[in-house]
Amino acid sequence: MKAHLTRRYIFSASHRLHSDELTEAENRTAYGKCNNPYGHGHNYALEVTVSGQVNPQTGMVCNLIELDETVRRQVLERFDHENLNTRQEFTSAVPTTENLSAVIFNILQQSFTAAHLEKVRLEETMLNSFEYSG
Amino acid sequence: MIYLTRKCEFSASHYYHNPDFTPEENRRVFGKCANLNGHGHNYTLEVTVKGEVDPRTGFVVDLKELKEILNREVLEALDHRHLNKEVPEFATTIPTTENLAIAIWHRLEGKLNLAKLHRVRVYELPDLFVDFYGEP
Repeated sequence: MKAHLTRRYIFSASHRLHSDELTEAENRTAYGKCNNPYGHGHNYALEVTVSGQVNPQTGMVCNLIELDETVRRQVLERFDHENLNTRQEFTSAVPTTENLSAVIFNILQQSFTAAHLEKVRLEETMLNSFEYSG
Repeated sequence: MIYLTRKCEFSASHYYHNPDFTPEENRRVFGKCANLNGHGHNYTLEVTVKGEVDPRTGFVVDLKELKEILNREVLEALDHRHLNKEVPEFATTIPTTENLAIAIWHRLEGKLNLAKLHRVRVYELPDLFVDFYGEP
């Protein structure tokens, strides 16, 4: 039997949305308040969904302790209480939540192989969220 | 096609133990859940059904009927129960959230008139849930 398991994590980070390919006026138009030169922050909620056959020996799709450990080491330690613009993942990409979702998906696809990574869902605020499935 | 989701809650206790594992393996694989004295959760169940809207009623499913089926087939069997000791499905399988979602699917499958079961979602905690779509 194939099941999908979703785990939710919280981290906090700051960012500024600004593209070097746009003029100052275009940046203000595109990003509004998010273009504030000093940046701002969010409490992000990350949902990681994995899928696979339920192992008859354990009753699990994957070991939750392993998933938690991978997400903590690969994602939370990397981004929690950091300024996303200063991270090497965003030296050439704007740290929008769209791009952050894709970065996290790609990191987890490389680092967690015990089950199939279905998608990541990232809430930037309670009002907006983004999903990326590769 | 319209999808309708009904939510309900139940509380139950369980523990995780595989008799084929050594005590050390049980502790390593299942962590705190391996405590044989058990522990409990407030589970949230979301059942999603799908179908065409009946033009006479405007419903995809009779909600009263769905609620009765959920009460009879799921809540009466699971609410305020010890899953390992009182629920037959878990006499030989481990009552993980994955197996709970599968068991609830099988309890509901075929019981609905008109609408078709689409998804069973079981939250063990606000930050942990399992979806089962009836896939083999």
